[in-house]
Amino acid sequence: MLKPFENMTAGDYAELGLKAGLEIHQQLKTKKKLFCRCPAGRYSEKYDAEILRHMRPTLSELGEYDGTALMEFKTKKEIIYQLNKETVCTYEMDDAPPFELNDEALEIALEIALLLKLNLVSELHIARKQYLDGSIPTGFQRTTILGVDGEIPFGNRKIGIVQLGLEEDACREVSDQGHIRVYRTDRLGMPLIEVVTYPDMRTPQEVAEVAQLIRQLTRATGKVRRGIGATRQDVNVSIEGGTRIEIKGVPRIPIIPRLVHNEAGRQKALLEIRQKLRFRGLKPDNFKPQSFDVTEILRQTSYLPIKNVINSEMRIKCVRLPFFQGILSHPTQPGTSFAKEFSDRVRVIACIDTIPNLIHSDSVDETIGSAAWEKIKRVTDFKESDSLIITWGNETDVETAVREIEIRAREAIEGIPSETRQALSDGTTGFERILPGPDRMYPDTDLPPIALDEERIRRIQGQLPILPWVRREKYHQMGLPEKMTDELILSDKGDWLDSILENIKIEPIFPARLLTEKLKHWRRKGLPVDKLDRDILLAVFNAFAKKKIVREAVAIILEKFMENLTASIDELIDEFKPLPATEVEKIAQERAKSIKVVADFDEDKKFEIVMGEVMEKIRGKAVGKEVAEIVRKYI
Amino acid sequence: MSSEDYKGYRGAALSTLKNFHVRVWSDVEVETSRGKFTGIILPRSETADDRHVVLKLRNGYNIGLAADTIHAMKETGYKKANYKIPEKEFPYDPRKPRVKLFGTGGTIASRLDYRTGAVIPAFSPGELYGSVPELADICNLETEKLYGVFSENMGPEQWIGTAEAIGREIEKGVAGIVIGHGTDTMHHTAAILSFMVQNSPVPIVMVGSQRSSDRPSSDAAINLINATKTAAESDIAEVVVCMFGPTSDRYDLLHRGTRVRKMHSSYRSTFRTIGDIPIAKVSTEGFVYFRDDYKHRRDDKNVTINTAFEEKVSIVYYYPNMKPDIIEALIDNDYKGIVIAGTGLGHVNKPLYPALKKARDKGIAIYMTVQTLWGYVQMYVYDTGRDIMELGVIPAANMLPEVAYGKLGWALGQTSDLKEVKKIMLTPIAGEITEREPHNGYLIYQGGIPEVEEFISRNWK
Repeated sequence: MLKPFENMTAGDYAELGLKAGLEIHQQLKTKKKLFCRCPAGRYSEKYDAEILRHMRPTLSELGEYDGTALMEFKTKKEIIYQLNKETVCTYEMDDAPPFELNDEALEIALEIALLLKLNLVSELHIARKQYLDGSIPTGFQRTTILGVDGEIPFGNRKIGIVQLGLEEDACREVSDQGHIRVYRTDRLGMPLIEVVTYPDMRTPQEVAEVAQLIRQLTRATGKVRRGIGATRQDVNVSIEGGTRIEIKGVPRIPIIPRLVHNEAGRQKALLEIRQKLRFRGLKPDNFKPQSFDVTEILRQTSYLPIKNVINSEMRIKCVRLPFFQGILSHPTQPGTSFAKEFSDRVRVIACIDTIPNLIHSDSVDETIGSAAWEKIKRVTDFKESDSLIITWGNETDVETAVREIEIRAREAIEGIPSETRQALSDGTTGFERILPGPDRMYPDTDLPPIALDEERIRRIQGQLPILPWVRREKYHQMGLPEKMTDELILSDKGDWLDSILENIKIEPIFPARLLTEKLKHWRRKGLPVDKLDRDILLAVFNAFAKKKIVREAVAIILEKFMENLTASIDELIDEFKPLPATEVEKIAQERAKSIKVVADFDEDKKFEIVMGEVMEKIRGKAVGKEVAEIVRKYI
Repeated sequence: MSSEDYKGYRGAALSTLKNFHVRVWSDVEVETSRGKFTGIILPRSETADDRHVVLKLRNGYNIGLAADTIHAMKETGYKKANYKIPEKEFPYDPRKPRVKLFGTGGTIASRLDYRTGAVIPAFSPGELYGSVPELADICNLETEKLYGVFSENMGPEQWIGTAEAIGREIEKGVAGIVIGHGTDTMHHTAAILSFMVQNSPVPIVMVGSQRSSDRPSSDAAINLINATKTAAESDIAEVVVCMFGPTSDRYDLLHRGTRVRKMHSSYRSTFRTIGDIPIAKVSTEGFVYFRDDYKHRRDDKNVTINTAFEEKVSIVYYYPNMKPDIIEALIDNDYKGIVIAGTGLGHVNKPLYPALKKARDKGIAIYMTVQTLWGYVQMYVYDTGRDIMELGVIPAANMLPEVAYGKLGWALGQTSDLKEVKKIMLTPIAGEITEREPHNGYLIYQGGIPEVEEFISRNWK
């Protein structure tokens, strides 16, 4: 096992040979979906109809079957799609061919491809990337590569970008129990980019930092979606002697470091296991697991997980793994042992998904009792150097489970199986599927190639937004606090700030604070901040710079503008014309007089009261400091 | 170098490949004005432009590089794709019925055709067993490729050849016949075979797919399994079309060959029985027969094959403002028969009358069908209809226009005596004309209506 996460240093990871890369999926902010004209970004739990489909593996263009595809086929899932008539048409149902690729999405994707300094292709070819889990009704995702081999600066080095793809988003899973998986189709077909980095990151923290950097970069365009599920990360992890493992669909960047750390630890553990097995003389070709039907022995068991489900159609099988003694309890992740790898496979591929779905002889937990174990050991010809795994379910599923257990055991002798793993909330991962390879790609015969001409590239090149790291440096020079800079880079408000500063002579912190803290405050209060735009802010700050209004009036006017549906921004600016000093004096004098009757107040208290009353009357129409001076004269 | 080395390349792209001494399937490094790219050169689709070279990147994606951006190309290897559907010997089981599968085209199992960028079918029993192993649980399958054409290219030559092939197999004693066919004109072929193959003792099942079999979501495997099961086990000794009932993977419907029509350009559940109900449904769970008035399976080997066909027959789809020159053109070109798809109960406009009269006088057989598809021709209701009948146009009851076309070609192939033709045309032989239209023979539910929406929400679509 590795040292705990908190104690690991960059040197420790270097010793492990940790390499990590990212695949970032980012939804684009388009009105419509990528290959049909359904609205994008409209989510609903409601559905009007359902369809049922199955998936079969097909051959790749080069004549191979993809490993993931075959695995998914073994699961024999019935896939159910929920259809909402507002968000889905016959295209998403796979009952109509695609329409032309959404040009709005292509423009945004090209913009990001240029920001990543990718080598752009001259002609887009739409490919079909197989997904047999059913998450896309066609069984494949339509996807296309815009460019390869780009880079982003990271500290004093560069992180390489493998490619940027433009693709359609998949369904949202509703449930997956036994042999039935249910999907909601509203998200299906929304435009998405996939940015793939080289495995250039060396510590778990770096992975999170690069993820953040790419997020900032895509957001610099102001044309990507935000919010839950709009950005999803896949993290690729390997260590020296290990293999590339893909951790799929990480929803939040802060959980990345722990996931990477735990995966590195898991790979180290699996290498240790292989070492042990090899010392025992096991090789993939001399490993001979055997399975036995032990249904009759355990029919009367009092062990609840079996007792609760046993009926006439159930079978209970025991797999004997020669020379595996102790291996199943070898720790692999925090709180988890190697046995979990078997349980995961049985759950995902054999669809036996009530946990526990297996028990094993290395475990010290009380399960079927020692008498039953003894009986089973006799019939399975058990030797002390062996391990036993018992699993249960209906006949077909148990057969699949036994085969998967044997496959996973053999893989342990070979090393680390290439897998896609699911990120769990505690920072560990679980098996999701076999890692797919290039064999799952197939050209889309429904759509012709699309040429990307020079003129178009030049036009987009001419309109690129400021890169986040350039903007960061600029804000740093201006003296803006780090936290504020982070916020501005991740929102589209950095652009507004730049416009304000370009056009108006004003100290940067004033608009910067309004565009971050104040805006957040307003949003929390429930004000319709969407009503504000760049021009409105320009108008108000401009009025301030030209001394048409006082500093205090800026926020007040904007608040009033959001609350009031009728007044124009110019009318509001006019309304908050500063009062002449004489007018302020008059009001201060009048207020001060009325307070004299209460004699026992001290000076400060009196000032506070008068000031409060005066400001109440003239708030936003005079500078507070100046008012205070006037008020003091009359106390 | 052979032309295979530059498959599909023309113009600038071809010159570029030749200049740099690289060919299709070369593993190359390419220097371009847009940067460096590495991958395998793929053949180019003939319908695509001549300015781009197609590269398969290491990650499996394809991209195009404009020839005029390429500075240099270097061959570092050569990797020719070996596309093969895994072929396994189809197991023989003496207890299972013998089924013959004829291929005419379509995509039961298929692979990519680089020349056109489309898919071409694979077909041998071994290939089929490799991709649809379930077939071996049903029958002993034999296959024979009759044609390899897209269904729009099926014509009299193929219809006649298929009918004759069916006859030969029945005489050899097969339990049933499956015909793989593109879906676009499947109903034309189904109708014509219903006339050309008379008195079959076994099922003749036409099948295809709406999603090609190179897609994981394809309906091809289910359709083929169900069609084979129908051929091997069902009691229906007729030409039927076996295609998806609902769009969900639930069951196939068995439609009578003369009453079926493709009704949607892309839906899986595109085939519908028109003006009647299907004969049965079939799934892995078995058959559910909806009616009993079909021709039942027999265990003899007697069949009548009559492949007569007159090719000079046309369908005229009437539209308002149609000019008589359309009909004149058919007369001038020596057409022997015309099927009109008329409006409503079977009408055309007055300006056509002289042309129709001229056609009749020239001895052309003219039959009226309805473009509404559902319902009968009834030319007595309006004067227009009576006038048109006066001109010699014969109402063809509720024969579908495409079916009437096939039958008229078949009838005129047998005789030029118009009285005899009329007798053949109006005597139903394979359900092409029915005596009555049941109330549930016409069901196009309208979306949006609350009770329809409720039905859809409760049942598989």
